[in-house]
Amino acid sequence: MSSKVSRYPGTEVTHDDIEANSYLMTHYQAELKYAWTSGVATGRYLKGLKEGEIWGRRCDGCGRVMVPPRMYCELCFRPTDGWVKLRDTGRVVTYSIAYVNFDASRRQDPIIVAVVEVDGASPMMGILHLLGEVDPEDVKIGMRVQAVWKKVEDRSGAITDIVHFRPLGGR
Amino acid sequence: MIKRRVAVIGAGMTLFRRRMLETGRELSYEASRMALEAAGMSMKDVESVVIGTAPDAFDGVHMKGEYLIEGAGGVGRANTRVYVGGGTGVFTPVGGWWHVASGLFDTCLVVGEEKMSPLRPHPQSAFWSIFDHTTERPLGVTLLWIFALEMRRYMHAHNVTEEDIALVAVKNKMNALDHPCAQIASKITVDDVMNSEKIVWPVKRYDVSPPSDGAAAAVLVSEDVARKFTKDPVWIDGVGWNVDTQYWTNRELCYPAYVERAARMAYKMAKIEDPRRQLDFAEVYDPFDYKELHHMEGLLLAKKGEAPRLTREGVTQRNGEFPVNPSGGLLGVGNPIAAAGMMKVCEVFWQLRGEAGRRQVRGKRAERGLAQAWGDLLQCGTVITMKG
Repeated sequence: MSSKVSRYPGTEVTHDDIEANSYLMTHYQAELKYAWTSGVATGRYLKGLKEGEIWGRRCDGCGRVMVPPRMYCELCFRPTDGWVKLRDTGRVVTYSIAYVNFDASRRQDPIIVAVVEVDGASPMMGILHLLGEVDPEDVKIGMRVQAVWKKVEDRSGAITDIVHFRPLGGR
Repeated sequence: MIKRRVAVIGAGMTLFRRRMLETGRELSYEASRMALEAAGMSMKDVESVVIGTAPDAFDGVHMKGEYLIEGAGGVGRANTRVYVGGGTGVFTPVGGWWHVASGLFDTCLVVGEEKMSPLRPHPQSAFWSIFDHTTERPLGVTLLWIFALEMRRYMHAHNVTEEDIALVAVKNKMNALDHPCAQIASKITVDDVMNSEKIVWPVKRYDVSPPSDGAAAAVLVSEDVARKFTKDPVWIDGVGWNVDTQYWTNRELCYPAYVERAARMAYKMAKIEDPRRQLDFAEVYDPFDYKELHHMEGLLLAKKGEAPRLTREGVTQRNGEFPVNPSGGLLGVGNPIAAAGMMKVCEVFWQLRGEAGRRQVRGKRAERGLAQAWGDLLQCGTVITMKG
């Protein structure tokens, strides 16, 4: 604000105003449906997940092994050179404890969210996933974890074929 | 390389509130009108318009640059919308700057607008669509998750406590008590932050800025035009922006390298070698309290891991040695995304003109300031430096 201005424009609509229908409002609920192709690199990644394996992609330009995999290296800007089978173990790079859902509604049971650096990929090459079979207060950055896979018949070729990561060696 | 100097000669903004009666167009009009009035100009004097506004999903209105054109003065003019997520607010005047610095136009009205309230029950759900549709969305990811992941990593890297971080929320909400447009100005304590509802730990309710409606605008002109309209122009002497990889899980989250790259671009242009000494204050992007610390380090205003100590020692208070967010920031004034970044640019303008009233840093007119915003998937920095 400038000290030269004494009044600022705008009219607040409060929660009470809405409850009391003080203003006219138009409502609409979108029903949009999409079907996304997985793409070349992610498609192969998903096929690996269905088989209980995590695959990365190697760039001989910068020497990185990348996960999630991509068919080109965004740094070298050249095609990547080959598939590398990674391990299904890794290390917690960071984590948080979510008490809300995607629409900000509240959850009864919090879930633990983490970036997991996957063994066999380059340092700091992490993926987003969940942690399970551990109490939130026992999670530590740097903790070793292992993927817990869905049963073979339940896997669909999706990131959720990994149920979560759990502390290596169990609880 | 740079052809012409660019001045800011007027700024304006609306109230920031959780929900406003006015449409986005009406908010844009009010902020634009105020900016033109402050510049002593009419819309007839304006050749080009740059509009900044964030995801269309908030409003449920597609092509928002075109929708807002009526209220932002863009009809029949060279009108452009720019967009880099949360970084948009500061990227909007950067866009205006290149319109004028290039010599293409002598005048450009820049308008940041956001109306987050239409999306029910909460605008948070619109952010879901920024994540990878195959590898991330099926996990139920939210924007709050990733902020919390970044905050936790920052705390870990430098041994920072939640209490240290809470000091930023306390300071900014307090500063905002002197801002007449502020949505959630209040006097709170570190304990209040610590005891507030856990959203996604370590993020608690008072660590995070609110959703808001609002608009802010400024008039950018060439040197010749500035001399005609005012004796007191404020110069944009540096601009910078940088976008990192969207593979955010592949990066070290404790440091925003892209903010440093954007800052270095602006500092080089402005011939700033020691930003902490050569700038008088900064409006640093603070959608979350830890982000102010994170960004101070990225902007080279503090060494890595040093920002919490500077905050604890009172350096960043409005009367401190290097005030940060004297406006009250997003944590105090509110966070209508593109308008919030633009509000920071307006604050720098008012500080440099000596029009910030009780918010004036160290009680006097400042000579040099910086505004920064940040956005996309933990990936973009936008920076502007200005001098009186």
